[in-house]
Amino acid sequence: MLSDYLNEEMIRLKVKAEDWEDAVRQGGSLLIDAGFCEDRYVDAMVEAVKTMGPYMVMAPGLALAHARPEDGVLGLGMSVITLETPVEFGSEKNDPVSLIISFGGVDHESHIGMLQALARFLMVEENQEFLRNATSIPEVLDSFKDY
Amino acid sequence: MNRMKIMVVCGFGLGSSMVLRMTLDDVMKEENIDKEVETFCVDSYTATGQDFDLVFTSNELLYLFDNIKQPKIVIENFLSKDEIREKGLDLIKKFLDENK
Repeated sequence: MLSDYLNEEMIRLKVKAEDWEDAVRQGGSLLIDAGFCEDRYVDAMVEAVKTMGPYMVMAPGLALAHARPEDGVLGLGMSVITLETPVEFGSEKNDPVSLIISFGGVDHESHIGMLQALARFLMVEENQEFLRNATSIPEVLDSFKDY
Repeated sequence: MNRMKIMVVCGFGLGSSMVLRMTLDDVMKEENIDKEVETFCVDSYTATGQDFDLVFTSNELLYLFDNIKQPKIVIENFLSKDEIREKGLDLIKKFLDENK
């Protein structure tokens, strides 16, 4: 279940972010604080957007921020943040972004179940809408229990 | 029969491409052709050296495939089965028909 991978500490709603980099760093800081990655992993996530372009904005208004396992992942983990004001990543089709999922995987396989649960949830458009507008973390966690 | 090889490419081959592959696999199952295709994720550094019949990627990484002859499909919403159907299904079915 998606709720197996997330708890209250890994979710922040209606966060204020200056720009895309600030938003990615805030999502990443939840991973650092929980001990899932080193500081340099978050630098690598930011670098990835800078060097490869905003391809991580993989759906309208939604970014999946991550880097490689060898960039400093300590354990499998994921964080979810929504933004009070959406930010521009430079994605021609999918800007502006108000939902940022950050994750780190320890190898190329072990995070598949986590991403699968996430994709099941996000594929339902009403769920994305609910998440973007949500103001209660317990309610969000509750909605993750069905996926 | 050899299965059709469908490659899904993103920067590291383990995040957004994995999600796109899941959406694609769902469509293949719903169309009842999942046994005839093989989907796999690759990072942007090794993508062009792979053996594949068709590639799915994002607009930002399309330039990697400027010089390849296989069909390229750009997806904007990696969670949209409809977009994958619209842009990719005819090409996939045509390939399967031609290579029976």
